[in-house]
Amino acid sequence: MTPQSNFMIMATVTPSRDAELRSVLAEMNHEPGVVNPENALVPFEQLDCVHFARFVILEDKTLDDIRVYGLPRVDLPTYLAFLGDMDGSVEDFFAELVHKAGDGLRNIFMHCDGFTAGTDLLLWIREHNVIPGASYVNWVGRTTRQIREESALRNALVRFAKDNSDSLRGVAPAGIRDRLKTFVAGEVQAGRLALTHPAPTPFMWQLRNLINLLGMPILLVILSPLLLLALPFVLILLRIAEKSDPEVAPRVDAGHADLLASIEDHDVTNQFSAMGSVKPGLFRRMVMIGVLTVIDYTARHIFNRGRLARVISIQFARWVFLDGKRRVYFASNYDGSLESYMDDFINKVAFGLNVVFSNGIGYPRTNWLVLNGAKDELTFKNYLRRHQLPTQVWYNAFPGLTALDKWRNALIREGIEKPSMTDSEIREWLRLI
Amino acid sequence: MSHESVDMKDIQGIVRFGYSALTEACFLLLTVRDATAARAWLKSAAVTTAEKLSKPPDTALQVAFTRAGLEALGVDEDVLAGFSAEFLSGMAGEDSRSRRLGDTGANSPNSWRWGGPGKIPHVLVMVYAKPGLLDGWMRTIQGEKWNAAFTLTDCLPTSDLQGMEPFGFKDGLSQPSLDWERKRDPRGDELEYENLLSLGEFLLGYPNEYSKYTSRPLLPADAPFSSVLPVAEDEPGMRDFGCNGTFLVFRQLDQDVRGFWRFVNKASDSNPQERQQLAEAMVGRGMNGTPLVPVVSKPIAGIDPGTAATNQFTYTSDPDGVRCPFGAHIRRANPRTPDLPAENNLISRLGHMLGFGNPRYRDDVIASSRFHRIVRRGREYGEKLTPEDAIRDDPNSAEHGIHFIGLVGNILRQFEFVQNSWVMGTKFDALSDESDPLLGNRSPIAGREANAFSRPRETGLERRYEGLPQFVTVRGGAYFFLPSLSALRYLAMLGQH
Repeated sequence: MTPQSNFMIMATVTPSRDAELRSVLAEMNHEPGVVNPENALVPFEQLDCVHFARFVILEDKTLDDIRVYGLPRVDLPTYLAFLGDMDGSVEDFFAELVHKAGDGLRNIFMHCDGFTAGTDLLLWIREHNVIPGASYVNWVGRTTRQIREESALRNALVRFAKDNSDSLRGVAPAGIRDRLKTFVAGEVQAGRLALTHPAPTPFMWQLRNLINLLGMPILLVILSPLLLLALPFVLILLRIAEKSDPEVAPRVDAGHADLLASIEDHDVTNQFSAMGSVKPGLFRRMVMIGVLTVIDYTARHIFNRGRLARVISIQFARWVFLDGKRRVYFASNYDGSLESYMDDFINKVAFGLNVVFSNGIGYPRTNWLVLNGAKDELTFKNYLRRHQLPTQVWYNAFPGLTALDKWRNALIREGIEKPSMTDSEIREWLRLI
Repeated sequence: MSHESVDMKDIQGIVRFGYSALTEACFLLLTVRDATAARAWLKSAAVTTAEKLSKPPDTALQVAFTRAGLEALGVDEDVLAGFSAEFLSGMAGEDSRSRRLGDTGANSPNSWRWGGPGKIPHVLVMVYAKPGLLDGWMRTIQGEKWNAAFTLTDCLPTSDLQGMEPFGFKDGLSQPSLDWERKRDPRGDELEYENLLSLGEFLLGYPNEYSKYTSRPLLPADAPFSSVLPVAEDEPGMRDFGCNGTFLVFRQLDQDVRGFWRFVNKASDSNPQERQQLAEAMVGRGMNGTPLVPVVSKPIAGIDPGTAATNQFTYTSDPDGVRCPFGAHIRRANPRTPDLPAENNLISRLGHMLGFGNPRYRDDVIASSRFHRIVRRGREYGEKLTPEDAIRDDPNSAEHGIHFIGLVGNILRQFEFVQNSWVMGTKFDALSDESDPLLGNRSPIAGREANAFSRPRETGLERRYEGLPQFVTVRGGAYFFLPSLSALRYLAMLGQH
């Protein structure tokens, strides 16, 4: 199995070059919200291992919100972030990136502080890579190659079943499966289909994963006396904060909402980017660190097979601390429209949203950290849209394929490769095609 | 929780009644020619209320406004700003909205007869009457101020197809029940599908299914004329312009009855029985209205025992879509899903909530129904055409269709969500490459087709139909606000000194 990893190259935008940067990025698109995968700057199509990638300018329009705590506004920088999710190691990817998109990236990062014509790009990229506080992969180990091959497999099977519907009529399930298997074997032989065996899982990754799996509970046990002692104080602090923290969730202005909507729903999958400030004080920062640690752990070891709690629509997500944990950036690639995404948030995982984002300034009021919050539907939607950022360039390697499509295609392949299946298993399997 | 009872005399009747006995109807689209005259007409208009009368009325009159209409009557921008963004923007106001609603290609607002750019009506006047009384009632309601007040831009006639829609199916069978008694307290996850919904889903000024009041225009108590408006229940210092009003989504849908029956006829090798079965699979009901999945014996909250035979069902008995295809029109429009597909014990609920266990690929993929319901008050137009006549060669190209009218408290969460995610969505319920077999616009998305229809079969491989043409084309549409009677009085008073 080849595990997925992610990167986020981030640098401060030179204020005087902001407008120019935006027009350079816009050139990578066919139209707003629709990337040209063969663009001259970063030819995404040649980066085989990439699932999703984006360029987004992290311009925080909510920096004034801190005034609700009687604190002065701090002018934090505007960043350019180039982030993505891919198969294999970050190191290998960076080398490929510099090789295939070096000139383009130089052209782009020229608009950032500290980047000059003489800068060593690879070194600079490594130094500017930001590790997220937590990340989520819908299906750990599912590579772009696998997705491509299994999608082709399904298309071929659908076509075969359609073209042969007469001769398949009345055939028993096992007989149909045999026909399909024979067909696939022939197609593979002829080189029209490929079903490549997964690569062995890198030993170092397995080791690190195991250390993480065991290390966290061990750490928890060791720290438990301390945590237990702290718990009453944490709860008191939490309740005090929850009762007094102000909400900041006015209706977003129509221009901002229209801009965001204009780059959505060109595909069945969408991008989401949002940022905001963590509530002032050590307490909320600590809660945020704790919560993201738990999310990262569960995403790694529990929610790694098609679902994040009950949510099936998120393909990749990450939470990133910025500016010494003063701010958090959240990015995801999700299936469906924003309204259905928010519906999932509110109706399926409000508790999960609450534990994280209630530590952000202005979030709708929670109760005991998990209750209410996102359940205040309209306030929550205003809050979300208000913190959302337009993504300048967004690349999806598989337009038209949702996480569920990819799961279904993998199940279809399993049915082709399994040595034996019962009749009822076969019937269920055939319905996937 | 104790709530004040609902003042039926303040609500336009269409929210509560379908006026099915008033089989003649006509929808007038108007622009305001003279605001003073329009307000004077409004003042005298005998708008029918939701009050139950000892003798049902012979006629009815309902009035609704677009944003442009409210502006034309002189409503303040500050007041308008309290409306939702989608109402203010309008059905055809943004390309991104059109994209989400499937209003692209042949459905594009640019080719609409009304409601598109430059053709947005101000006022919708809905006139209903018993057979033979419509013309007289029209003259009565128009009165002397009418011609000075309005320019008639369109008059949308309707026809009485005896409860059938133009394709020939019984229609309007499933409607949400409104909690007029205000007894519902929707807290916590519902483990079973229910059909009784909080008033706030369909009327502004009341708590919705989240137990929250939908935002709407509220006026300070000292604002001019605001004293005619009810006090806002959630903000007693304010007067509620929205209370007892709702949003009315209007779409004129042209149904290609001949194209539909010819397609299913061809796909069924001209076998009349198979033809009907395929058409019924696309709809999800028999032509007589019988659902394709069996009704259950256990009552469902909010479903009247009298309509149990057509409505007392969910799709839990058909997890493979073998009886009613996943993509069938009525399964898309209301999938009848609960909040949480779990047993009623704490462990099972917690397990489901956290997504533990080993959910199968198609488990729990559809959003909960209760946040996405619509009260439908549509009316058909065009002559009746039987399937047999429809497949016969006939150059007659008379138009058939439906004036879809949906009432919702939140356009985005209810109408737009259903239209986008469920009806037009090519990925509804883990399907692929297909949209609603009746309503789909068949526009490919992200390079993938959207013109298939699949019928799962018990034996394994599904029956897949490809190349479905577009059967329904949007000819017009707009988002209207259907005010309360007090809000109508307020509108009539504007401009006075």
